[in-house]
Amino acid sequence: MTPQKRLILKALMASTLLAWGTAQAEEAFKIGLILPMTGPFASTGKQIEAAARLYMAQNGATVAGKKVELIVKDDTSAPDVTKRIAQELVVNDKVQVLAGFGLTPLALATAPLATQSKTPMVVMAAATSSITQASPFVVRTSFTLPQAAVAIADWAPNNGIRKAVTLVSDYGPGIDAEKFFKDRFTFNGGQVVDSLRVPMRNPDFAPFLQKVRDLKPDAVYVFVPSGAGAALMKQFAERGMDKAGIRLIGTGDITDDDILNSMGDVAMGVVTSHHYSTSHASALNKKFVAAFEKANPGMRPNFMAVGGYDGMRVIYEAAKATKGAGGEPLLNAMKGQIFESPRGPMFIDAQTRDVVHNIYIRKVERVNGQLYNQEFATLTDVKDPGKAK
Amino acid sequence: MLTLLFDGIAYGMLLFILAVGLSVTMGLMNFINLAHGAFAMLGGYLTVVAMQRYDWPFLACLPLAFGLSAGVGVLLERTLYRPMYGKPHLDQVLFSIGLAFMAVAVADYTMGSQQQIMQLPDWLRGRTEWFADTPWALGMGHYRLFIIAVCALLTLVLQHVLAATRFGSRLRASVDDARVARGLGIPVERVFAITFAVGSGLAGLGGALGAEVLGLDPTFPLKFMVYFLIVVAVGGTSSITGPLLAALLLGVADVAGKYFIPKLGAFIVYALMIALLIWRPQGLFARGRS
Repeated sequence: MTPQKRLILKALMASTLLAWGTAQAEEAFKIGLILPMTGPFASTGKQIEAAARLYMAQNGATVAGKKVELIVKDDTSAPDVTKRIAQELVVNDKVQVLAGFGLTPLALATAPLATQSKTPMVVMAAATSSITQASPFVVRTSFTLPQAAVAIADWAPNNGIRKAVTLVSDYGPGIDAEKFFKDRFTFNGGQVVDSLRVPMRNPDFAPFLQKVRDLKPDAVYVFVPSGAGAALMKQFAERGMDKAGIRLIGTGDITDDDILNSMGDVAMGVVTSHHYSTSHASALNKKFVAAFEKANPGMRPNFMAVGGYDGMRVIYEAAKATKGAGGEPLLNAMKGQIFESPRGPMFIDAQTRDVVHNIYIRKVERVNGQLYNQEFATLTDVKDPGKAK
Repeated sequence: MLTLLFDGIAYGMLLFILAVGLSVTMGLMNFINLAHGAFAMLGGYLTVVAMQRYDWPFLACLPLAFGLSAGVGVLLERTLYRPMYGKPHLDQVLFSIGLAFMAVAVADYTMGSQQQIMQLPDWLRGRTEWFADTPWALGMGHYRLFIIAVCALLTLVLQHVLAATRFGSRLRASVDDARVARGLGIPVERVFAITFAVGSGLAGLGGALGAEVLGLDPTFPLKFMVYFLIVVAVGGTSSITGPLLAALLLGVADVAGKYFIPKLGAFIVYALMIALLIWRPQGLFARGRS
């Protein structure tokens, strides 16, 4: 064989391989999963990725005869990076659906892109009410903050809490949490004595908690990012506020299942409202938790994981209905899905494309030596109050 | 009211321990070390790891944090910092801020990005209340009391060493005129190395003490850099008492500001700094410089 012939043969082989490769790619159903995998919100990304992979492992890697390809990208929780990655995924990788989105600004930065490219965008974590209004292609499987805030504001006045002080981190979700709690709590006959906003880069909660203590409310309603929640609860206990008759209530973010166990006794008895607890009593959830913990030793699935898991379910079922096609048909197949999630029954509201599910009132208790949010009351089928108007 | 003062003093004391090393390197050695917070972070992580993984008692962790941070300080001083002493300030700033970013990345990679949660021993968890239900109610968290005690003790020791020991006078001599000091047979290099090590060690100790109150995550060196610099700028860099009083003032002002005007909370400290620096540009207690 002459060198020229060998070269031609090689080129031929390469091109056949290449052609075969692209043919394969066209057969794949691609999901672009954009998550904060590094930086301060890395735990969100890790939980969602683990849950998404678990769903694929349980339900097979093919849907409607096409191979499901999960492309996970790290956006370091910077909105401009999220947008750039989304663009690359849509243009270069030709993904059928975008998913993930750990924080509100990340989802909002990407929403216009979803509209332009007609790519459905499944929000698995970000919780500000307005996200689903940013693009008609957004579908949410996590939760909305107002859902949780309103639930605890309904529960509190019936349980001896008439006067409350709100204490929130001074950023979008915190202000959402404050507003919806305040409105509903006042509507229910309660009184919000004062509303404190803590700067995001606040090293010490002492002065704010002292202020709360001196105002002597029945309870302090708290919303802070989950890591800061641990510090806050500690200082709450250290300041003897529980002994002064002040109760700590809030949305489930402060007793995040992911880190609840390491908070220790200071978290005991804290009452929160949320859509998911690892200890939710249902056969499906027990199975989910066991499988998750088996696949990821040392990790406990939290509300982020369940958002990712259900997001994958919504994508899979929609893809089955459209036989793997993307775009608007895929979006329409996502709307109105009703199913049982590890969190309990849930559905995707066809009008708002937002999640509707039960919100549970839970109390932190020790079960088998571990701390859990034990659910003791349920508000069924809570729609996002942010869209009621 | 007194409770607020107490919290402010505890916070100020903590800031002082964290920043005093910076004030020493900056004022005495004329070197701007923006990576100072990285040593504090190191101390904090050492404590958390020793307590959680190896079940060390909290009190044993403090000397460990001091010792190892000081050790790393010496190592870095020998290898990285020394060539920078003679360089212009801009080079020093760029170099040390780079170091701080590297420390952030390393902490993120090895420890993860989440807030570390520390479990204090029971005897530090309680709280003592005096004059409850009067306008002069004073509630003291035992841990904050402990912080104040440790920091006050350290301040006395530092002041004594600087003012009344042979090492202190050698250090001051080396700073005032390194060439003459060298001529007099003072081992200037070694004096600087020891000073740097003690400064880093103190930062490590501050980080260990502060992890509970200030929180601990990989962005710690950057988050608190501003506070350290304010302490040093307001306090002046020529003594121990300057930064101490500045730190106390800042601590009390910060706590009181957040209590009385929560809406402006985070801004009070900066306003105070601007006012003080307009009034005394050299710092509160600076000797007049020629």
